[in-house]
Amino acid sequence: MSGPSSYVPKSGLEKWLDTRLPIVRFMNDTLVDFPTPKNLNYWYTFGGILAVCLASQIITGIILAMHYVPHIDHAFNSVERIMRDVNGGWLIRYMHSNGASMFFLAVYIHIFRGLYYGSYKAPREILWGLGVIIFLLMIITAFMGYVLPWGQMSLWGATVITNIVGAVPFVGDSIKTWLLGGFAVDNATLNRFFSLHYLLPFVIAGVVVLHIWALHVPGNNNPTGVEVQDVKKETVPFHPYYTVKDAFAICVFLMIFAGFVFFGPNTLGHPDNYIPANNQVTPSHIVPEWYLLPFYAILRAITFDILIIDAKFGGVIAMGGAILILFALPWLDTSKIKSMRYRPIARLWWIVFVLNFLMLGVCGAMPAEPPWTVISLICTIFYFAYFLVILPVLGVIEKPQTPPASIADSILQSHKKSAGTSAVAVPAE
Amino acid sequence: MKPTFARRLVAGVLGLVSVVVVAGSAQAAGEVKHPRPVNGSWEGPFGRFDRAQLQRGFQVYKEVCSSCHSMNLLHYRNLGDKHGPFYDPKYPNPNDNPVVKAIAASYTVKSVDAEGNEEERPALPSDRFIAPFENRAQAAAANGGAVPPDMSVLVKARHNGGSYIYSLLTGYDQTPPAGKQIPEGKHYNPYMPGGVIAMGPPIVDEQVTYADTPENKGIKPTVDQMSHDVVAFLTWASEPHQTERKITGFGVMIFLLILTILLWFSYRSVWRNVEH
Repeated sequence: MSGPSSYVPKSGLEKWLDTRLPIVRFMNDTLVDFPTPKNLNYWYTFGGILAVCLASQIITGIILAMHYVPHIDHAFNSVERIMRDVNGGWLIRYMHSNGASMFFLAVYIHIFRGLYYGSYKAPREILWGLGVIIFLLMIITAFMGYVLPWGQMSLWGATVITNIVGAVPFVGDSIKTWLLGGFAVDNATLNRFFSLHYLLPFVIAGVVVLHIWALHVPGNNNPTGVEVQDVKKETVPFHPYYTVKDAFAICVFLMIFAGFVFFGPNTLGHPDNYIPANNQVTPSHIVPEWYLLPFYAILRAITFDILIIDAKFGGVIAMGGAILILFALPWLDTSKIKSMRYRPIARLWWIVFVLNFLMLGVCGAMPAEPPWTVISLICTIFYFAYFLVILPVLGVIEKPQTPPASIADSILQSHKKSAGTSAVAVPAE
Repeated sequence: MKPTFARRLVAGVLGLVSVVVVAGSAQAAGEVKHPRPVNGSWEGPFGRFDRAQLQRGFQVYKEVCSSCHSMNLLHYRNLGDKHGPFYDPKYPNPNDNPVVKAIAASYTVKSVDAEGNEEERPALPSDRFIAPFENRAQAAAANGGAVPPDMSVLVKARHNGGSYIYSLLTGYDQTPPAGKQIPEGKHYNPYMPGGVIAMGPPIVDEQVTYADTPENKGIKPTVDQMSHDVVAFLTWASEPHQTERKITGFGVMIFLLILTILLWFSYRSVWRNVEH
């Protein structure tokens, strides 16, 4: 909601600075005075939570990099040395490894919230697209980070996933060799993954800045999906109203985070990654970290050739498509109503979509054999059908309820309801 | 139309869930036997190691396991770390701890003297646990081709590691199911994936003699007791800072809880005059 700035420089220094580099004005308009809809619920606190996650990952990661040795002969032991001999190293390392899980937990909630309230719809297509780019970068970063401890899952996970590139017809093998720096995952691969794992979080931070910029032009969406009409009546300044609400939510989230770090730091990890990497012994069952399981299931769901596309390449297309299709979502959803609060049929399909995604996660953790291959395929088809068939068609045939005329109206209504004066006629229903 | 749709949806979801449950339990009923719970004193957020048990566990490792299994990530000084088996508050620096020094000195380590000549000297607390074999090839050759795994992080490297090792050590007395072929020189153990293990029964009753201390009163070195003790030691060794981790965790949790409550009241106070 960029509008005329309400910042008034007070001190002489601020006035001097404001005519040269208005950075105080910028911070004030972005983080203090920014008008934010009054009716945001707790699902909207995950943006702030994600900012904390990114900061935590970068800080702990920089410290880990001071002690970690990116060499196949030393990587595994250097991680254990951090856990054993570096002061507070166990805390830093567990914060980083569990922080990745927490980051993905938060980003999935953030994304599904966006899907539910139609936050991808005009005028927020760019905001949504930038979010998808961040998600994609997060996946790549997390995947490379998981290789660094050089355990069995590091090596074999990397081997399986980089084989994906080899599935590209004609040039796949050459590209794979070029990416790996050799014919197999080895020291050269570990070194470049470390380098990129250090680089990409800063790229993510850059895209996050764009993401927030793109958020602050149209302003926040809100649970009604109705745009702000009266800034005075329907918004509050970001600070202190949302800084305090976000801070509360962040603290609750940190308690869950701390629960894992201090009382179950290896619960979300795979025990095989505490076995040093050995290219002569293949684990019986190669799985990625939990947060990548749904996409892993989609990758493995294609077990048959489609015309000239063989099964392997088909899986690669499906997995890539599962993420890339999110970019097209703003134009695939044809409904004029943003929030699924007022779309009873779409809401049910959204629930099925979430359950379907969880089911894909289960499939990804199971061995690639019947019945899981069949279930994976069904779930994959539904995943794509949701975007390509259900949302485009529903927007046309569904008869939505009428959303409130404005945010102020919706607040008024919910107050009447909670006050027990339900006898008041609700207009337009 | 809506209720019908909703009912179909619920039926569909229930169907999916039941498929998962049935298939999951079919998988669990596979070849590996579920481990017997070790029920160690160290388990759970409030669990703590029993120091006497850690000492007994180290003794079992030293006198039994260490003839084949290395623990390359441990140094003798670790034994004197806080919350470790031989911690003594008088020696905050474990390198000064006389018990640790004596344990280290009972090993010899290859070294190079000031003139560059190879020598053998007694180990110091700062030395790593001496490995039983020079290299992997030697370890494999001495053990019928199967390299005994390093035990430093073994508990973390197996699903439910403590219970798994405890079950494996005490699981040699079971008879293989009819028709199960056990190759020559291998052994049956239902807790090992596949049921066949290269390691023979590693411990027998009375194999070690526990020190006659008040803490060890009434504790007999049975297979079950020794297995339990060595699992305690291995669990500690897999993460020597775990007690410190749990203690710190409580402080952090209490801090966060108080902060969360304060923020909740701040939130209520800031928003009290805003209809939302």
